[in-house]
Amino acid sequence: MTTANRKIFDFHGGLELDEHKSISTSRPIEIAPIPPLLVLPIIQHIGNAAKVSVSVGDTVLKGQCIANSEGRVSARVHASSSGKVIAIEPRSVPHPSNLKVESVVIQTDGRDREIDTSNVGVTQFKTLSTRDIHQRIQDAGIVGLGGAGFPSHIKLNVGEQPVNTLILNAAECEPYISCDDMLMREHAEEIVNGLRIMQYALSAQHCIIGIEDNKVEAFSALQKAITDQDDIELVRVPTRYPAGGERQLIYTLTGQQAPSQGRPLDIGIVCHNVGTAFAVNNAIVDGQPLTSRVVTITGSGIPQPRNMQVRLGTPIEFLLEHCHSNKNDIGKILIGGPMMGYQINAYHAPITKTCNCVLVMHQRDITAAETPLPCIRCGDCNDVCPVNLLPQQLYWHARAQEFDNIQDYNLFDCIECGCCDVVCPSRIPLVQYFRFSKTTIWQQERDKEKSDKARERHELRLERLEREKREKRERHNRKKAALKKSPEQKDDPKKAAILAAMKRVQEKKTQTSAAPANTENLNKEQQAKIDEADARRNKQKESESS
Amino acid sequence: MFTAIVTLLIISVVFGLILGFAAVRFKVESDPVVDKIDALLPQTQCGQCTYPGCRPYAEAIANGEAEINQCPPGGEPTIIALADLLGRDPLPLNPENGEVKEEKTVVIIDEEICIGCTLCIQACPVDAILGAAKQMHTIIVENCTGCDLCIPPCPVDCIYIVPEKTETNQWQWPNPNDVTELKSNQDQSA
Repeated sequence: MTTANRKIFDFHGGLELDEHKSISTSRPIEIAPIPPLLVLPIIQHIGNAAKVSVSVGDTVLKGQCIANSEGRVSARVHASSSGKVIAIEPRSVPHPSNLKVESVVIQTDGRDREIDTSNVGVTQFKTLSTRDIHQRIQDAGIVGLGGAGFPSHIKLNVGEQPVNTLILNAAECEPYISCDDMLMREHAEEIVNGLRIMQYALSAQHCIIGIEDNKVEAFSALQKAITDQDDIELVRVPTRYPAGGERQLIYTLTGQQAPSQGRPLDIGIVCHNVGTAFAVNNAIVDGQPLTSRVVTITGSGIPQPRNMQVRLGTPIEFLLEHCHSNKNDIGKILIGGPMMGYQINAYHAPITKTCNCVLVMHQRDITAAETPLPCIRCGDCNDVCPVNLLPQQLYWHARAQEFDNIQDYNLFDCIECGCCDVVCPSRIPLVQYFRFSKTTIWQQERDKEKSDKARERHELRLERLEREKREKRERHNRKKAALKKSPEQKDDPKKAAILAAMKRVQEKKTQTSAAPANTENLNKEQQAKIDEADARRNKQKESESS
Repeated sequence: MFTAIVTLLIISVVFGLILGFAAVRFKVESDPVVDKIDALLPQTQCGQCTYPGCRPYAEAIANGEAEINQCPPGGEPTIIALADLLGRDPLPLNPENGEVKEEKTVVIIDEEICIGCTLCIQACPVDAILGAAKQMHTIIVENCTGCDLCIPPCPVDCIYIVPEKTETNQWQWPNPNDVTELKSNQDQSA
């Protein structure tokens, strides 16, 4: 093990912010009680929504899979306590849109019965193949717990691409949030073991843990957990927001930059969060799926801020009540930190896999949003941008909705860290403009795709109609031609049969008229009668013809 | 004198052959302007422009028979894009062709009521309705363009317009311009 000998690179921009972290780190991680209702959305990650595999009325156990992954980029969802499924319906989720997402609602029985995992866990993970480890991580429903929620089994299964460095992101740079810090203080062993498993799964040559230098206790806990056999480097990075941004941390530690629009893997680097390492350890060693996470409950609206081990699906309202937060004092609730978090209005929304912090602002701390003033082109935003973008230039184009030009200024490299918002003297909500532009461009792309599909379908339809018309005409022509053909032609077996029958009848007729059957061996009397009748008939015929 | 005439003759024959070859080899199948206009249209195929589909409307614009403001599903963005492309002045949407919808919609069939008459299938310009005679019909929602052409032929009125469903990953952040304008309006009224 080596520490701190590594050269540290300084990323551009960034801010030194008030931390507000110590208010929530004074007490140990508390295990949150079981709520009466658990709401588990089927999509808590990036990718395809999982597919519900239970039905209403089913009894489920803690750790039981209730929604299976759909496709490769997807993650399972597990019940986080035992109980009965009472509904499968759209419910509010922590998302800035306030949209509802299909969720499994479980009425808990309070007994917290677990599925049997005694045979699943493996203490010596090296006895497993890397493929086995990928599968187990996928089955455990683990996603990136730092906030993005990308399914971890994909980020740990890189195929042929070589991985030089696995970076464990322990920076946790955003103010107020301390869940990773507390996890490292209390579970350093498990985190380091999780990192070893990840290193094995990736066949990574080298590991670096990047931790901000304000986390002294966590640093020493990790230091104790790392043994001499490990090829793990524990590196302190300067405390400066956003040091924990993936690309910023990679640059700080290695001096390398992941390509724009590319992935860190393109330069042989993979980055994971400490929470994910902890979950990976639990999945492999204890055989436990991801059913809970550490959440920081903090802010001026919480009397005693703290970190809690929360079952996924626990309503936020329930946690706030547990923390004795007065509902009437709540000014606003942010999910995530003050810089990158988003406000929610549905307080009954559940904690999901990506919720690392619930930041509750007291009503007295809410100041009315000031009306933005015109941009004065001071350039402060350019100086603080950690990605080296030109936020004011982006802003002009976003405001004018010039979405082609804005992409020339690399809008999609923006990490929405919010530094430019903080320093803007005109208080322009720059990140809002960038988020609006990004989502609008994506929407336009989706619209384009849809209209291309519609055009293709319309053209195919026209082609089909034309073809059907042509076929109908051809059928019609064939029939007509067949009718025109002379009846003697015995093409048609039916016609031939009719003709044959008519011929037979004709022959019979001629036979009967030529030789009446009962006219032989007649006596004279009979012959005279016949002659008489014949004469009468002839007479009648003649009179008719005349 | 004679050599000059012969030289010019040879040159003209050579270039004539080159041009003739180029005309055959690089023949453009359809009018590129029509393609460009067609690419800007929303492909709803709703016929509100009075032409039977987006491409016929594109052809009409290219021939100067139609104005660029006859497409309600495209709305203002399409009109501006067309004006840009053709170097014309943008016009307000012609109200005779219809109004811009407030939100994107699709249709659904109430399968309890449907009698399986296939009239809607014949009306759908993008073949987004699945069904057969005397069998229940259903809309393939991801292919529905929201043109509403299937609604008038339905004899039992079992087709309804519903807003297109938005998933959280397709949700759009609001435009801060609108938000701040809204706020300043509220401030003024308060």
